[in-house]
Amino acid sequence: MSTAATHVATHAHVEHEEETGLWSWITTVDHKRIGKLYLISSLLFFALGGLEALMIRMQLFRPENNFISAQFYNEMFTMHATTMVFLAIMPLSAAFFNFLIPLQIGARDVAFPRMNALSFWLFLFGGLFINSSFLFHAAPDGGWFGYANLTGSKYSPGHSIDFWMLGLAILGNSSMMAGFNFITTILNLRAPGMTLFRMPIFTWMSFVVQFLVVMSFPMITVGLILLIFDRNYGTNFYFPPNGGDPLLWQHLFWLFGHPEVYILILPAMGIVSEVLPVFARKPLFGAPFVIFSGIMIGFVGFGVWSHHMFTVGLGPVADSAFATTTMLIAVPTAVKIFNWIFTMWGGKISFKTPNLFAITFVFLFTIGGLSGVMHASPPIDLQQQDSYFIVAHFHYVLVGGALMGLFSGIYFYWPKMFGRMLNERLGQISWALFFIGINVTFFPMHFLGAMGMIRRSWQYPAGAGLDMYNQMATVGAFFIFFAVLVSFINFARGLMGHGELAGDDPWDAATLEWSIPSPPPHYNFAKLPTVHSDRPFWDEKHEGGPAVSQAKIAGPGPHHVAMPPSSYWPILVAVFQGLVFVAFIPGSGSGAFNYDAFLKQVMIQGPIALGMLFCILAWVREDDTPR
Amino acid sequence: MTSHAVPAGAHADAGHEEFDEHAWTSLGLDHMKLAFWTFLGSDCFFFGSLIGTYMSYRGQSLVGPYPRDVFSVEVTSISTFVLLMSSLTMALAVLFAKTNRRSGTIGMLLATAALGASFVGFQMFEFSHFYHEGLTLQGNLFGSSFYVLTGFHGTHVAIGVLWLLIQTLFYGKRWIRGDEGNAVEVAGLYWHFVDIVWIVIFTFVYLMEYVE
Repeated sequence: MSTAATHVATHAHVEHEEETGLWSWITTVDHKRIGKLYLISSLLFFALGGLEALMIRMQLFRPENNFISAQFYNEMFTMHATTMVFLAIMPLSAAFFNFLIPLQIGARDVAFPRMNALSFWLFLFGGLFINSSFLFHAAPDGGWFGYANLTGSKYSPGHSIDFWMLGLAILGNSSMMAGFNFITTILNLRAPGMTLFRMPIFTWMSFVVQFLVVMSFPMITVGLILLIFDRNYGTNFYFPPNGGDPLLWQHLFWLFGHPEVYILILPAMGIVSEVLPVFARKPLFGAPFVIFSGIMIGFVGFGVWSHHMFTVGLGPVADSAFATTTMLIAVPTAVKIFNWIFTMWGGKISFKTPNLFAITFVFLFTIGGLSGVMHASPPIDLQQQDSYFIVAHFHYVLVGGALMGLFSGIYFYWPKMFGRMLNERLGQISWALFFIGINVTFFPMHFLGAMGMIRRSWQYPAGAGLDMYNQMATVGAFFIFFAVLVSFINFARGLMGHGELAGDDPWDAATLEWSIPSPPPHYNFAKLPTVHSDRPFWDEKHEGGPAVSQAKIAGPGPHHVAMPPSSYWPILVAVFQGLVFVAFIPGSGSGAFNYDAFLKQVMIQGPIALGMLFCILAWVREDDTPR
Repeated sequence: MTSHAVPAGAHADAGHEEFDEHAWTSLGLDHMKLAFWTFLGSDCFFFGSLIGTYMSYRGQSLVGPYPRDVFSVEVTSISTFVLLMSSLTMALAVLFAKTNRRSGTIGMLLATAALGASFVGFQMFEFSHFYHEGLTLQGNLFGSSFYVLTGFHGTHVAIGVLWLLIQTLFYGKRWIRGDEGNAVEVAGLYWHFVDIVWIVIFTFVYLMEYVE
């Protein structure tokens, strides 16, 4: 980040020279650069998770296939899900939180720029740490929800589960810190006049998500801590012979796991709520309803976790209660779908790539929602549990829903991020391949589930009538592969400088982020705008409203915009914190307390922790005054 | 972490009063304090899960020792009193810091750290006593859930003691950037929170054993 003094002519933008080079990226505290780092790294993890999915589909192409071994198959479905949930969709959302929230609320950065960098580095190290397990032939193989007591040392000796549980603990840390940061940013750094209900919908949905993150991640952290104690020190939390109850893990996991579902989908809903109005040339229909529905989803999302556990046998009272709340949460979700439809209704819709993805989100997410509300009913769920019907449901929601929303966001915000338009034709080809691929892959899975095919089966018998649908799904998966490939080529071309210059406002949009240059200068707003409505930039352009764009705000600009200096302490703290977790690995997995191993672990962790403390103190001592 | 990361520089646009972006926040609250409240909210869920685990395993141990076999509610009451008193000294430290009575602040911060450290000492004594009574981390569910719950609370207190000592140093050396009173207040928020969590733990883990 530049610390050079900058000067400005009367109402031109402040001239600025950003530092370039690797070191400037390692030490950056600029929310836009951190957003781009999240974007690129999560897309790479996404590619990895996609290749793992292809391995699964190729294995299932034929009955009784031996393309990959059963063990490798277990590793593939575990790592596919873990990667997609924690290393692809969540950080892809985080890319937009980082890049967009300060721009949308009219701020120059987040509340804690260095902590923001720390969140990113922890995420990156956590992701690399989990995936490094492949190098040690210890890839996690216990499924993404790692049910106890399969994850206990008795059934999972070796280090595969250790990589998984410690990696998730690191990633949880990263997400929670980002949560504190964004809640503070949204509450405290809004531009003058930007009241809560003038905030763009994406910021609103992100706001709800941050609360879900900071409230749900502590619960899985406790679940993971108990697992670490069981595996490292021989406690009995999930060990039935000594009275432990594996159900405890299920409760702690799904108390986190269901809010996590909304952590994955709400940002995409926010993006779609930004994209659809722009391409329909209308304001979002009933925006307050969309906001309150998001809030209600956040609240009720904490009261539905046991619908993942209907087959456990919690009793009719618990089952009825959770069936009711689960059906209830379909209401605010459906409200939003109607809002999006009525936003498009009567609008002058242009089918640019971002809008194609956004409309696809509405269409496919509705299908996923409809199959989802089916297993709100316990008797039906008893039939569907652990079948491919469930796989079909959550892939419609997460691929047809979350991923399409996020791709819409990439195509929509790319010009703002990088200053150049993505290729429209490649985007549309990618969209078409996605649309075909998703439906050909996941729709047949409904039938497979109804026919009784069990989720996570390595093989299925010949002559069971499952061949055709499985082959369709595998063919569809390759459509998705090529869809991703075309989009990645598009992104790569964009990064290499192809594409026409975007200008400040390529889509004629309504919100503040479009009123500044593309890509934005590192201080975002030379002059902070004063906001008078929920569509400030639209009002300025089309309704004769008060000026918010830099060129139109009266008065001379500042000579110099002071910004926080870059810092290398965040990455150092992240390295030390990551190493503290890594040091659990050697002594882990025995399932019994071993004094020598424990002593060794402490001897390793002690100096690392001291190193971390030193870095934290240096961080506190560092002068981060904007300059 | 210091509190003032607000990008500074430009004034608001013309037609508005000039305002100092260093000090200005939308809610009028300090960033650090607001963020710390969200952290405390989050930590409620952390301890809530640990206490929930303890409660759901209460009375489920297959073998002894059981709580009543090892607990000495008198000793734990004393350590609870010590911790409660540390909240008093902490509150005084915040008061002195806000009114810029420097030696008082340093004295009260050190007193709080000392009381916190003696609470941790009580806990170490208690743990070793229980261990010699036969209650181990691995022996039964009570041991597992008791040691993990109270151990994590003790860790929170120990981190708090470390924080207070470092803060005393920083305060004495005038190394704290931004509002010093605010920095002490944030440490106070943490300290009172850890204290309140102990009240809940003391009630559910210890006192409940003597209700029936």
